[in-house]
Amino acid sequence: MLKIEAILQPSKLDAVKDALLEAGIEGMTILEARGHGRQKGHTEFYRGREYTVDLLPKVKIELVILDELKDKAIEAIEGAARTGRIGDGKIFVSRIDEAIRIRNDERGETAL
Amino acid sequence: MPSRAVRLPFLFTLLACPAIALAQTTAANPAPQGPVTQAQIAALQQAVQNAQSAGDNAWMLVSAALVLLMTGPGLALFYGGLVRKKNILGTMMQSFAMMGLVTVIWAVAGYSLAFGHGNAFIGGFEHLFLRGVGLTPNTDYAPTIPEQTYMVYQLMFAIITPALITGAFAERMKFSAMALFLSLWSLLVYCPMAHMVWGVGGLLNAAGGHIPSLDFAGGTVVHVTSGVSALVTCIYLGKRIGYPQTNMPPHSMVLSFIGACLLWVGWFGFNAGSALAASPLATSAFVNTHFAAASAAIGWTIFEWLHNGKPTALGAISGAVAGLVAITPASGFVQPFPALLIGLIAGFFCSFMVFKVKSLFRYDDSLDAFGVHGAGGTLGALLTGLFATRSINAIYGKDVATGAIDGHWGQVLNQLAGAAIAWSIAIVGTLVLLFVVDRVVGLRVSPENEAAGLDLSQHGEEGYDLNS
Repeated sequence: MLKIEAILQPSKLDAVKDALLEAGIEGMTILEARGHGRQKGHTEFYRGREYTVDLLPKVKIELVILDELKDKAIEAIEGAARTGRIGDGKIFVSRIDEAIRIRNDERGETAL
Repeated sequence: MPSRAVRLPFLFTLLACPAIALAQTTAANPAPQGPVTQAQIAALQQAVQNAQSAGDNAWMLVSAALVLLMTGPGLALFYGGLVRKKNILGTMMQSFAMMGLVTVIWAVAGYSLAFGHGNAFIGGFEHLFLRGVGLTPNTDYAPTIPEQTYMVYQLMFAIITPALITGAFAERMKFSAMALFLSLWSLLVYCPMAHMVWGVGGLLNAAGGHIPSLDFAGGTVVHVTSGVSALVTCIYLGKRIGYPQTNMPPHSMVLSFIGACLLWVGWFGFNAGSALAASPLATSAFVNTHFAAASAAIGWTIFEWLHNGKPTALGAISGAVAGLVAITPASGFVQPFPALLIGLIAGFFCSFMVFKVKSLFRYDDSLDAFGVHGAGGTLGALLTGLFATRSINAIYGKDVATGAIDGHWGQVLNQLAGAAIAWSIAIVGTLVLLFVVDRVVGLRVSPENEAAGLDLSQHGEEGYDLNS
């Protein structure tokens, strides 16, 4: 089982969700986040003083999926979220040790 | 063309009106048969007077409500939006506390000290506990409205003045210290200043004072005193932890925007109500107030657009407030186009004070109480001396010059004197009170409480609990 974490531009959330559903991936967790990579922030003004805001609003999607679906998931996310500009975001993949369905204590791949 | 079914009845009603009117005269009110009696004349005169009083009292009660609206929620929102989220309730509570505390202080002694008979500097105790302040007019001040209307109208000014100071020490003063400090301030600084400018026998009273100064609605009494006190307080207290390196942007420009608009509308009560009657002078003040707010918003916006490259919402609303402050002393003395000019100058001057002078001297006047009220009030007082004209308000007499444009250049000097006195009393009074309150209660919150925020540390509350 793999965990896919994708940090995205907030405006791309809907497109990525739809693309994942189309690829057959249904379970996901969405978080609101702030951050930046190499993308510079923006300047704001307050009573004549200029300051930089470098914690930019982002959206994070977390998926836990079967190993076989890895390429499909990544393809779906990249396809929907890519604009070619700095700030598009990142995808991280990691291994998951255990998955449990709380409702009935199902374990392993059937819990996904 | 309406249908025949409508036209005919309409025409009939139109033609019948004169007949009905005549019938009313002859049937209900028979024309006097003999000479009109003195009693009838006296009764008519009383009726006219009552009508005038009714109009004046209605306007004055509405004005009093408008001025209170300026404090709650106008100022509470304006200041509240400008502070960090963790301090929103603490900030609003400071304005609200004034609404409660100053009311009691005013009723017990404040009104008497400000408007009772005394000497050139302070009133007396004749109206302690509002003794003698009933529903008949006080001819010294407002001959057509009940004295209680006058008293409650003035009370709203007494409430907002200390509330303005809270902007300077935002985010770092203890609630207990603030309550004690500002309660004493309203007695020690506001009442004497109000007496000097507006009270019978006051030193600066335009009607018979030694140094007649023109302050229609409180440029010196309200804005200079509070603004200068604000400067003294923020220097005495010291900067917020992390200022100026840490960014401390407004947490909600939306709230500040709403507050500023409430201030603009409420200010019609503040200025036009200072005519103390529903009169043409009130109209003058109303128009001048609005014009100055508009032109000042434009002035500040232009300055900021050139200085920073973008016109901000904060700049626009701050500009409007600066214009309103500057026109306050002038509102019932100047023509509309000078009012426009006064606003424009205030927009540029106050933005300059906030953008340049504040960073030069590095004081943490958190919400620019001095930059807008202290500086704007002083500017407004001087410009009043320049533009006051007998064609709007012949306060010195029917053909006597009022301000410089009438030829009375000495008025500008009187304005300067009035402003200087306001500065002095504000500085001295505030320093004494800060010293005392600091010894008794301690002024500033601890660093841990400042970091946690006033809402939690002073009130045990959170302003926003959006997850609950």
